[in-house]
This record gives sequence, structure tokens and C-alpha cells, in this order.
Amino acid sequence: MALLELVHIEKAFDGVPVLKDINLSLEEGRIFSIIGPSGSGKSTLLRLATGLEELDGGEVRYDGRLYARAQDGKAEYPSKHEMKELQSIFGLVFQSFNLFPHKSVLQNIMDAPIRVQKREKTEVRAEALRLLEKMGLPDKGGQYPYQLSGGQCQRVAIARALAMNPRILFFDEPTSALDPELTGEVLKVIQSLKDLHIAMVIVTHEMAFAKDISDEVVFMENGVIVEQGTPEKVFSSDNERLKAFLGRYQGI
Amino acid sequence: MNFGQIILALSGGVATSIFIFAVTLIFSLPLGLAVAFGRMSKNPLISGIVKIYISVMRGTPLMLQLMVVYFGPYYLFGIKVNNSYRIWAALIGFVINYSAYFAEIYRSGIQSIPVGQHEAAKVLGYSRLQSFFVIILPQVVKRILPSVTNEVITLVKDTSLAFTISVSEMFTTAKALASAQTSMMPFVAAALFYYVFNFIVAQGMDLFEKRLSYYR
Repeated sequence: MALLELVHIEKAFDGVPVLKDINLSLEEGRIFSIIGPSGSGKSTLLRLATGLEELDGGEVRYDGRLYARAQDGKAEYPSKHEMKELQSIFGLVFQSFNLFPHKSVLQNIMDAPIRVQKREKTEVRAEALRLLEKMGLPDKGGQYPYQLSGGQCQRVAIARALAMNPRILFFDEPTSALDPELTGEVLKVIQSLKDLHIAMVIVTHEMAFAKDISDEVVFMENGVIVEQGTPEKVFSSDNERLKAFLGRYQGI
Repeated sequence: MNFGQIILALSGGVATSIFIFAVTLIFSLPLGLAVAFGRMSKNPLISGIVKIYISVMRGTPLMLQLMVVYFGPYYLFGIKVNNSYRIWAALIGFVINYSAYFAEIYRSGIQSIPVGQHEAAKVLGYSRLQSFFVIILPQVVKRILPSVTNEVITLVKDTSLAFTISVSEMFTTAKALASAQTSMMPFVAAALFYYVFNFIVAQGMDLFEKRLSYYR
């Protein structure tokens, strides 16, 4: 059974459709990249899948269980308890990090596992330290977000998401707020998550990275999926629009 | 009457002034938060009523509001009030007035927090209550502290308005004393009291601001 299923997703903002009949399904441990021009609906799709936007139509399922559904433009949700359980399946890394500025790096990572998942503090702390090590920030635990660079903030945000032990991690343009040097260090960290066997959905403008890391690449434009398949297939597609889009990234 | 005797004569009133000040803060700070929520409510009836309440509280003099609270029960409803109602009327008047001002300060603070903070908390599974009290409110407090300090300092001086309904707070006593003695000295003592009180308030709030400066 698919870990994540998006079925006939529809979304409009003020009457303007941004997603039209999107269908996508993701198996455990698989890595998807979503590419496409700005305004194509990529971020909106992630926000719908993570409950940050309301559906106008279609269904979102995790593990086959209903997370959100909309009929006749009205969104419906399962019980609070069920929502909370399904919520713990996924994590989200934002473009603008959204770290909590009043909490130290360690507190940012540890607070939700302790407060939301009611886990043991010593165990959570050990895991947080391990994650910081993995992110290449072993000595930053006591610092506050304002003391870190953008790349370091994003790595903390990734650690914060991972501390919840999600089975699927969404990345919403994780490097778009970073300069090329910092982008490199964040991409390297995301790359290193491959051996954790967590499913990932990455909305990105980094084509080389998408090609390299993904099991499947999804090209979206104007609210529809234009092309989907292995990186080899998508990056050598004959589709005119896709070729034009990729052309802007090649030969740099 | 020398200066020391004047101070001594005012001390009973000083206690009343401090009492009004403290009770007003203790009740209007949390009540203001509740009012702010009402003001931001998606229910147009609730937000509409709260908007009118805030508008009236800010748009009419506190002195007048104190009189309405004190005389209102008798003139509007024919309820006889006794002498001990004076201080109650003062406290009620101050609390409902200051709640309105604090509500607007809270609202400005809450609305200034980036939406990404709410979203990060939601995705991490925080309940709405946890998200507000653990993530949002601490940041709001830091942002609104300068405005709150302003309001608190105004409150210290506003306690003198309780004289309009003859609550014997410090300034009421000072005025009576000045007339009886035909002397400026009671006013000098009153000024000194307000200044020292506010100096302490400002220092305290400054300390609080410094304690919150560990992050940006």
C-alpha cells in the first residue's frame, strides 16, 4: 500500500485554479522531486498534503487512511485523534526554515518530541545530539537561530523534522532562500538522508540535485503534472514545455 | 506641617493607589488577552461587539467611565450602593478600561508574528493551545513590552483619577491637604511619589526587556 496518496486533488485561490486533478502516490522509502516553473502549484501541493491549506477537491491519504478530503468544495477531516496520528507520519522543511527564534537549537529540536509525542527527555536529547552531529552542527546546540547562517538554520530545521521520526519528509524549496555556497551544504545533508530510508518529496529548483537524488521526478506546470518518471526519462523527455524549462538550467 | 509629616499623611492614600495599580494590572493583563481573542474572532458578532467595547473605552475619558460605573447602578437601575462600593467601582472601571488598551497591544503583537511560526508548530503536531502558549505568546511578549511599559506608566498616573468618585487614593488626600494647609508642599510630595513609582516601574520593565534580549 502506498504511504502517501494524493487523489484527484483540486485547489483554487479566489476562483483561479492552481491545481487541477493531481494524482500522485508514493511508496515507503521512495524519493520524489517536484520541479516546474514558479506558480505551477508545487508548493501548494505540499501545503495541501501537510494540512496547511484546505482542499477544494480530492483526497489525501497516508497509509491508506484518510487525512483530508473535499467534496463540493468543502473540506472534511477525520477525528482529532486520527489526525494527530497521521500527522506524525510526515514532517515538513520550509523554504524560510521557520525555526522558533526564542528557543535554542536543542530546544527547537527537542520540544515537539517531548511535548507532542510525550517521549522521554533523556532519550530525545540523545537523539537530538546525534541528529546535530549528522547535520554537521555538533557544537551548535546551545545557540539561538539568529546566531546561525541560513544554511545552518535549514540544517537545524531538518534535524527538527527528523527528531519526530517521520516516515515521509516534505521539502518545500529548502535552498531557495540560500546563496549557492550554503545551498551546497544543505543539499549535501539532504543527500545524506538517503540511508535513513525515509520517503522524501522535494520541491526544488536545483535540477542537478533532483536528477541525482530522486527515484522519480515530477514536472508540473499550470497546476497539472506534465511529465513524471525516472530522472533519466524526465530529463530526456521530448515534451516541448519541459525541454524549454530545462533548457534554462543547462549550459550554465 | 513639615515635609515628613505630609508624606506620612499621604501614606494611607499611597497604599490605595498602589492597590488600584496592582489589581488593575493583575486583572486587565489576562483579560486583555481574552478581549484580543474576541477582537480577532472569526465570528462577526463577537468581533463586532468587542470592537464597539474597545472603541467606547478608548473614545471616552476614563474619568467619565469611572463615574458611570459608580453612579450607573443607582441612576440607571435604582440599585442603592453603599460607601464601600467606591473602591469597587474604581477597580472595575480601571480594569475594563485597561483591558481594552492591552487587548489592542496584544492584537498588534499576535498579528506581527510571521505565519510560518504557526505553520511550523502545526506541522510538528502542536495543538492550537500549545502552539499559542509555547511558540507564539513568548515572542509576542517580547515584541509588545515597550508598548506595555508605556501603558503601565500611564496607569500609575491614572490612579489619581479615582478622586472623581472620592476614593481616598493618594492624590485625593494630597489635594485635601493642600487646601487645608494652603501650601504647595502636598503637591510636591505627590509629584515625588508618582515619579519614584514610575522610575521603579520603568527600571523593572527595563530589566524584563534585558532578560528577553537573549534572542532576536
